Amino acid sequence: MADAVHRLEFRNRDQVLRMASRLEQVVRRVGSPIAVMHVCGTHEQAIARFGLRDLLPAGLDVVMGPGCPVCVTDQPEVDEGVALARQGVVLATYGDMLRVPGTAGSLADARAAGARIEVVYSIVQAAELARQTAEEIVFFATGFETTAVTTAAVLCGEFPPNFSVLSAHKYIPPVMEIVAEMPDCRIQGFLAAGHAAAITGWGVFEAFAQHHRLPVVVAGFEPLDILSGLLVLCEAIAAGHTGVTNCFPRCVTREGNRVAQDVLWRAFRPIGGRWRGIAHVPNGNLRLRDTFAHVDARCRFNIDLTGLWQFAAPSLAASCICGDILAGRTTPAACDLFGNACTPTDPVGACMVSTEGTCRIWHEYGGRRSMGATP
Amino acid sequence: MRNLVEAIFLQDPPDVPGGVGPAAMDDGAALPFGNRWLVLTTDSYVVKPLFFPGGDIGRLAVCGTVNDLAMMGATEVLGLTCSVLIEEGFARADLERVQASIRAACRDADVRILTGDTKVMAHGELDGLVLNTAGVALCDHVVRDCGLQPGDRLIVTGTIGDHGMAIAALRADLGIEGDLRSDVAPLRDLVAQALAAGGQGIVAMKDPTRGGVASALYEMAHKSGVTLLLDGPAIPLRDPVRATAELLGIDPLHVANEGKALIGVRPDALDNVLAALRNHPLGRDAAVIGTAQAGRAGDLVLDTGVGRRLLREPEGEPLPRIC
Repeated sequence: MADAVHRLEFRNRDQVLRMASRLEQVVRRVGSPIAVMHVCGTHEQAIARFGLRDLLPAGLDVVMGPGCPVCVTDQPEVDEGVALARQGVVLATYGDMLRVPGTAGSLADARAAGARIEVVYSIVQAAELARQTAEEIVFFATGFETTAVTTAAVLCGEFPPNFSVLSAHKYIPPVMEIVAEMPDCRIQGFLAAGHAAAITGWGVFEAFAQHHRLPVVVAGFEPLDILSGLLVLCEAIAAGHTGVTNCFPRCVTREGNRVAQDVLWRAFRPIGGRWRGIAHVPNGNLRLRDTFAHVDARCRFNIDLTGLWQFAAPSLAASCICGDILAGRTTPAACDLFGNACTPTDPVGACMVSTEGTCRIWHEYGGRRSMGATP
Repeated sequence: MRNLVEAIFLQDPPDVPGGVGPAAMDDGAALPFGNRWLVLTTDSYVVKPLFFPGGDIGRLAVCGTVNDLAMMGATEVLGLTCSVLIEEGFARADLERVQASIRAACRDADVRILTGDTKVMAHGELDGLVLNTAGVALCDHVVRDCGLQPGDRLIVTGTIGDHGMAIAALRADLGIEGDLRSDVAPLRDLVAQALAAGGQGIVAMKDPTRGGVASALYEMAHKSGVTLLLDGPAIPLRDPVRATAELLGIDPLHVANEGKALIGVRPDALDNVLAALRNHPLGRDAAVIGTAQAGRAGDLVLDTGVGRRLLREPEGEPLPRIC
């Protein structure tokens, strides 16, 4: 047992170094810079946490796209949560959401002013809170299809009558279309998130890859998962191949998790809506279906936002470039606020708030390519 | 927190000629005392829950202060003080349990509480129980947290993250099974053994309590004006701690330890100090985890075993992530 972790094959140093060297050969063979995008905060976390950027060849730019659900939650959605909490309901949500700036402050600000906001790990904990009280508990639900499934699963099962959901869930496949269609898009291939694909199946990307004539590779989250995903992606770019490759077969199938999909689409319908900093994303937001109106906080309560909008947006926010960072057009290094006026303790933009946000990750782990020679 | 202390409480710090005062923000203060040193320190203790696997607030309050003294090299403890702030209505049985634990910890650390104070606050003015302890000790040489030079090696006296992850798992209320226990323990004897073996080859010490190893190392590196290169795979970590950390998305380098020390040693003292530590029950898992280098003051570069990255000290409380 003591050596269990050291035996984790997906972190094997020798194999990692061999893989990195193969990746370098492929990038060198292409001859010109390659830019690929991943759309997952967990990928960026893993890349940063394991120090993988240190190993990537100079000619390969791995861009983080709009893959942080907290970061792309739009201000009016945060405002709804703030307004509800101020109206006296108990709002339960994920820890990442607390400091996300809305139009007039964050949930943390509302809590400091007396609103009741509980941090939970999952919707199950939020429903449990509701069971222990007679008060109205609203779960402020954020996250992509991975988390939306857990919300749907609870709503399709049993829960107490004083429990409802404010959905700010988002759906990833449509935003990949948006990024690929941006006029200045330099992305030559996508690394798709393994956990999301475990639910949707890798087949969900086939039409996208065909339409945009791009390679898509589904990858997991251990160092070797990510490096092998990047290697296959760069090889496809070098060979001019398009289509979907599944590099995470131990979890992902073409069809995905049918039970989860069924629950997801029974509770939610996709509608268009704004993603912070990106654009209006057709079918990018997940809202509860009419059959779930009784647990939809938007139907259950009259959420009064007018009181919030008399506040002017903070002037610093005007120079925040989170939108361009989320779209993969630039990096935190290009932001004047990064690390100065904008820090995790006092964030200006949403990307500095969540542990999955590009700015937060760069701030925490260092965005520098080389940290010196490996001993 | 550090910003707050600097902005409010250290605006006009007192002059401590020839000694270590509050402006140093070390683990305690040190005053010249004849040809020896008098070291004093104080700390207040709040923890939720009050009782946790491996310890409770009482044991924490004794060990925390004894360890702060030890981190200054002061293992000849003259005595402690203990103040107790109790919320009206706090269960008497719990108070008795805490007091028994304080006594037991004093026996373990071989220290005495010489004086104290008790206050009862009205219901709602305090959350249960707050303890404050202070300690006074003597030593021949003060060990600071700022004495690292390029080439010095860094030792951690055992596995990290045990206390913080035990508490985090309890708070997350996920019913995590496995042997998660606080490491809360008095380091007085362990440090005395290390000092006897390493003498003045021990150049810096700090206990990685709140903010964890990352925060303590940052302070040591920043104050010493060096960069620390850390060997990630060498950092001792118990499997249940590692697994819980991955599950909760919390870095074990960011959470508190209550029975561990980070010790900076000159290269020629390394073997002696390491042997002395490993010979002690509290130091069996001691390991060399890094080296000081010339570079930007306070930079922590972590070799993850795969690549290198910066290690930051944590900002704010670690919060659960979405996925």
